[in-house]
Amino acid sequence: MNHLPQAWGRPRDDVYGPYDASYLQSRLPQTHTQSPIVTGTSVLAVKFKDGVVIAADNLASYGSLARFTDVKRLRPFNSKSIVGIGGDVSDMQYLDRLLNSLDVTENYSSTGHSLNAKNLHTYLSKVMYKRRSDINPLWNQMLVAGLDGNDEPFLSSVDLLGTTFSSPTLATGFGAHLAQPLLRKVADDESKVADITRERAVEAVKECMKVLFYRDARSLDRYSIAVVTKEGGLELKEDEQLEGQSWAFAETIRGYGRTQEA
Amino acid sequence: MASLFSSNPTLASNPSYLFSQAPHNLAAGNKEHGFYPYTDNGGSTLGITGNDFAIIAGDTRSTSGYSINTRYSPKVFRIGGDDETGEGAHIILSVVGYAADGTALKERLNAIVKMYKYQHGKKMTVKACAQRLATILYGKRFFPYYVTAILGGLDEDGKGALYSYDPVGSYEREQCRAAGAAASLIMPFLDNQVNFKNQYLPGTGVGHDLQARQTEPLPLHEVEQLVRDAFTSATERHIEVGDGLQMFVVTKGGIEEKYFPLKRD
Amino acid sequence: MPGFDFSNYNRNAALHAQGVPLPKATSTGTTIVGCIFDGGVVIAADTRATSGPIVADKNCEKLHYIAPQIWCAGAGTAADTEFTTAIISSNLELHALSTGRKPRVVTCMTMLKQHLFRYQGHIGAYLVVAGVDPTGVGLYTVHAHGSTDKLPYVTMGSGSLAAMAVFETQWKQKMTREDAVKLASDAIQAGIFNDLGSGSNVDVCVITEEKATLMRNYITPNQREVKQRGYKFKRGTTAVLNEKIITREEISKYVTLHELSSDDDVVVVEKMDIDA
Repeated sequence: MNHLPQAWGRPRDDVYGPYDASYLQSRLPQTHTQSPIVTGTSVLAVKFKDGVVIAADNLASYGSLARFTDVKRLRPFNSKSIVGIGGDVSDMQYLDRLLNSLDVTENYSSTGHSLNAKNLHTYLSKVMYKRRSDINPLWNQMLVAGLDGNDEPFLSSVDLLGTTFSSPTLATGFGAHLAQPLLRKVADDESKVADITRERAVEAVKECMKVLFYRDARSLDRYSIAVVTKEGGLELKEDEQLEGQSWAFAETIRGYGRTQEA
Repeated sequence: MASLFSSNPTLASNPSYLFSQAPHNLAAGNKEHGFYPYTDNGGSTLGITGNDFAIIAGDTRSTSGYSINTRYSPKVFRIGGDDETGEGAHIILSVVGYAADGTALKERLNAIVKMYKYQHGKKMTVKACAQRLATILYGKRFFPYYVTAILGGLDEDGKGALYSYDPVGSYEREQCRAAGAAASLIMPFLDNQVNFKNQYLPGTGVGHDLQARQTEPLPLHEVEQLVRDAFTSATERHIEVGDGLQMFVVTKGGIEEKYFPLKRD
Repeated sequence: MPGFDFSNYNRNAALHAQGVPLPKATSTGTTIVGCIFDGGVVIAADTRATSGPIVADKNCEKLHYIAPQIWCAGAGTAADTEFTTAIISSNLELHALSTGRKPRVVTCMTMLKQHLFRYQGHIGAYLVVAGVDPTGVGLYTVHAHGSTDKLPYVTMGSGSLAAMAVFETQWKQKMTREDAVKLASDAIQAGIFNDLGSGSNVDVCVITEEKATLMRNYITPNQREVKQRGYKFKRGTTAVLNEKIITREEISKYVTLHELSSDDDVVVVEKMDIDA
């Protein structure tokens, strides 16, 4: 049977074996982001009694190359929230554009109230889950920090798979392994948040940024840090330098095994 | 069915007639791999029913690999409540597996149960809700919600009702069910302690004549103890279970939520 | 022919190719650390052993004896850490006997790395070697492929990042023994509570010029909770389908019976947890 036009004039499969259909391809397959290219590393955040502190370094790596050393990865959204973004930088810039357009639409709307951090997190988690469901993910993990509808501290995470979770302290990427254990010593329970002062939270985050600079090979000692409180609103500093680094231990290290006395 | 086979060069002895159906040579097609759209967030859930109640419980740990995402991420939800706190709900749902799919599934079912009430002016029965959940799951048969769901509530006669699901919508009404990471640890315990499997009545006979212990509906406080013991034991032996135990109890008086801390190591 | 027996290699490779899975080895997911202080060195470990996501042993020993004043903390495949430390311990003892000197930590570390390098990483032992010898205090890490490191504070295993974070924030030069023990056990606890591969208790070993002190279960922050219900079954609950009684007289035809006079004669190695 050879009655369909597509099969006309081609070698018969039952005689010559199945026809190599790759010759018939009329277009290239559609491709999506399959791996991140230019990347940002960890983002850290801690809730305290009247707000949230969040930090991320200013490095964008190209593989193992420290490619861009002045990339701001904390993205403020109106006066109540801020998003810290790790992972692919081009996807981060797309998200930035998306948030800009969201901000514009919201400002033109006549409802009278603005989006809080919780609303923003819901929006971003829907975007991320939709994109993963289309097998076309935005290769990022984000922390959304700020104030919720009741002006209470809010902190939550969303990643490229659309997975969301929240906790008194959060850290993405390498920070999840190195910084989170230290941050959990500060606040391992939602009930402890009320006892943490702003100073304590900022100190803990800065200490963790230092540990990350010591041990994360894709990190930098210049970083951005932001604090969101009800009283002070959003305070963002984008060009901080790590202070109090200690490399004293290095003096004592001699070799890796049998060593001659110096 | 023919179209399924014709795309397989080894099974297709007949010529293929459509370009889209033509057999693809593995070597020729540019296949890329990198993004896998699923993950496992660990944890376990468990449901048991009695004469006039249903309990669904789950631990509150969320994991990825060897890391703890958070120590408090609920896996059990109220369905069909009037507001975001879930007040006024009459059905409970637990989801364990891939948390993002779990959240999506919960939100879809919640919206459907609410819409049902607005459109029909009465609450959806647990039986109807259970059937609806199965169709939602099967609707994504070829890109499934990667979750094991358990649905609970009271049936039309006021008896405890529990429905358990597989990720693509096969479901069954049961007395008890454990799901998730530690299901294989908890389920045998439940078989023995709830359905009295492998228990015989001493002195009722010899060998095969010995009478099996008959199941009887357990009272609420006993079931609650069993649930807590199941989770403390699972916490001991499964690395992805721990941090906290959240328990929802449905009775004719409404839904009660309880929380017990679990070990955090 | 000394060494491993490879006679089943081809059969296993063929089985594996047909889809038969490899047997799962017990691994010590593990957090292990070591830290030098003024006058000695301390090593510490958690006590969880896992097989996939299942806890295989809640209170295993990961601190291994090498020589009276050289101890080793092991992560990776449980069997590999056990046998590797045992074989090096034997060889080091023979070496000490033939030279008539106390064994040195560098010697131990070099023997370990040469043994592991020969097996190209197939012996999955990740070790922290610590000790005091006539040349002073020694602390090394040895990786499965044979590379080593010599540092004032080290961590290894799946909880190594959690533990290292603690060291990086709290370590100081020339610490006291008490501070070093506290720091090492804090680092282990960071692993226990943040890494799923680590858990249960903290074991510590302190080595000074005088002696080595093993503090088994130095901290036990994860005691098992008391169950809500009792799970004792009435005698006869299990159906007996077949029964055969072997009498003393019968069995004594094949083996020699030895009478135990009292409970004191029974050696209890480790008491098992059972409900009252």
